Amino acid sequence: MKFVIAIIKPFKLDEVRDALTSLGVQGLTATEVKGFGRQKGQTEIYRGAEYEVSFVPKVKIEIAVADELLERVLEAIEEKAKTGKIGDGKIFVLDLEQVVRIRTGEKGNQAL
Amino acid sequence: MNGGNAAWLLTATALVLFMTMPGLALFYGGLVRVKNVLSVLMQCLAIACVASLLWVIVGYSLAFGDGGGAQGWIGGLDKAFLAGITADSLTGDVPETVFVMFQMTFAIITPALIVGAYVERIRFQHVLLFSALWLLLVYVPVAHWVWGGGFLMSWGVFDFAGGLVVHATAGVSALVMAKMLGARRGFPRELTPPHNPGLTMIGAGMLWVGWYGFNAGSALAANGSAGMAMLVTHTSAVVAALTWMAIEWLKFGKPSLVGAVTGLVAGLATVTPASGFIGPVGGLVFGVAGGAVCYFAVGLVKARLKIDDSLDVFAVHGVGGVLGVVLTAFFAVPALGGLKDVAIGEQLLLQVLGAAIVVAWSAGASIVLIVITRSVAGLRVEPDAETEGLDLTAHGERSYNP
Repeated sequence: MKFVIAIIKPFKLDEVRDALTSLGVQGLTATEVKGFGRQKGQTEIYRGAEYEVSFVPKVKIEIAVADELLERVLEAIEEKAKTGKIGDGKIFVLDLEQVVRIRTGEKGNQAL
Repeated sequence: MNGGNAAWLLTATALVLFMTMPGLALFYGGLVRVKNVLSVLMQCLAIACVASLLWVIVGYSLAFGDGGGAQGWIGGLDKAFLAGITADSLTGDVPETVFVMFQMTFAIITPALIVGAYVERIRFQHVLLFSALWLLLVYVPVAHWVWGGGFLMSWGVFDFAGGLVVHATAGVSALVMAKMLGARRGFPRELTPPHNPGLTMIGAGMLWVGWYGFNAGSALAANGSAGMAMLVTHTSAVVAALTWMAIEWLKFGKPSLVGAVTGLVAGLATVTPASGFIGPVGGLVFGVAGGAVCYFAVGLVKARLKIDDSLDVFAVHGVGGVLGVVLTAFFAVPALGGLKDVAIGEQLLLQVLGAAIVVAWSAGASIVLIVITRSVAGLRVEPDAETEGLDLTAHGERSYNP
């Protein structure tokens, strides 16, 4: 099992979610986060004055997936979250040791 | 007593109070950071209360009472605590009670305008003390000079609804205050943007509607002068909003909401002194001038002079008010659609002289006043408190508890 963390542009969340559910992903967690990467923040202008916004709003999604689904999940996120412009985000993949469904006590792939 | 006039003035009074509570409070509240929203709302509310109290005690009497031998400079104390004012007292053909209340709402909004200069870093004690003394030392005398039978009124200076009395006094004092108080930590590069431009839009809408009472109410009658004042007020406001929007669009590629509503308020402030004297075309010109000049004034104060007049009180109200007072000399004459039979040259001299005197008085009196009040009440909060925000450190509340 793998744990996938993706940082994406907030307005791409719905497209990514739709693509993932059509692959059979049963659930995901989305969090509004702020951060910076190569984009190094952005500039906003109010009354002619520039404000450096050094932390840009992003959405972080977290998904636990079975090993065999991983490649297709990565492709789906990459395809749907991509605009081609700086600030599209990143995907991180971690090994996942254990999953427990709290309601039933199922473990491992059964709990995904 | 004229019931129609009284009815309109009662209504206008409510509209002008609505400009401060909650119009101006929300307009300013949206422009600050999330940790200081409540402090701004609280400052506006507290000023409304303190100014009202002082107005009843001595403010009205000193502004509009009979000053006897000193009438050119200041009113008397014969109406202190509103002595002698009964339900039957009249000012012109409206009840004096209504006139007292109408003028009180102006005395409320004027010190509240200065809030925009000192947000996010001032001590609340200082807000109370400064606003109270400023009302008595700056607002009351100038209101008397221009409207209460003082020397500027005798000279014939035109200031229909308060370009000098309200906007110039507040704007100039705001600049002095911002300079003496010092900039917010991180100004200008490290500040975060306005936390809620939507609140600013709501506040601007309330200011706009309230301004009908402010300008058209200043006719003190339900007549053609009031109607014309409302018409030119509206015209100037919308044209100034479009002007500001166009400048931003050309310069930055995007027309911003905060810019458009700032332009709106600049147009309203600029037309205020002229509103009962000019015609609709004058209103158009005031709008273009107010929007454009105030836009560049914002950049001048913050980028060039490096003064953190945080919410641009001087650039919008001070510059707009004085600009309007000067332009009034031109557009008040019938040849340019105005309603006053005066010679442009003579009137221009009066308008410029009147503005210079009010600006000088506002600046000088504010400097002296702040030197005194800062030693009594302390100007700034501690750096840690500023970083944490005034909502929690000064008032013990948080604006959003999710």
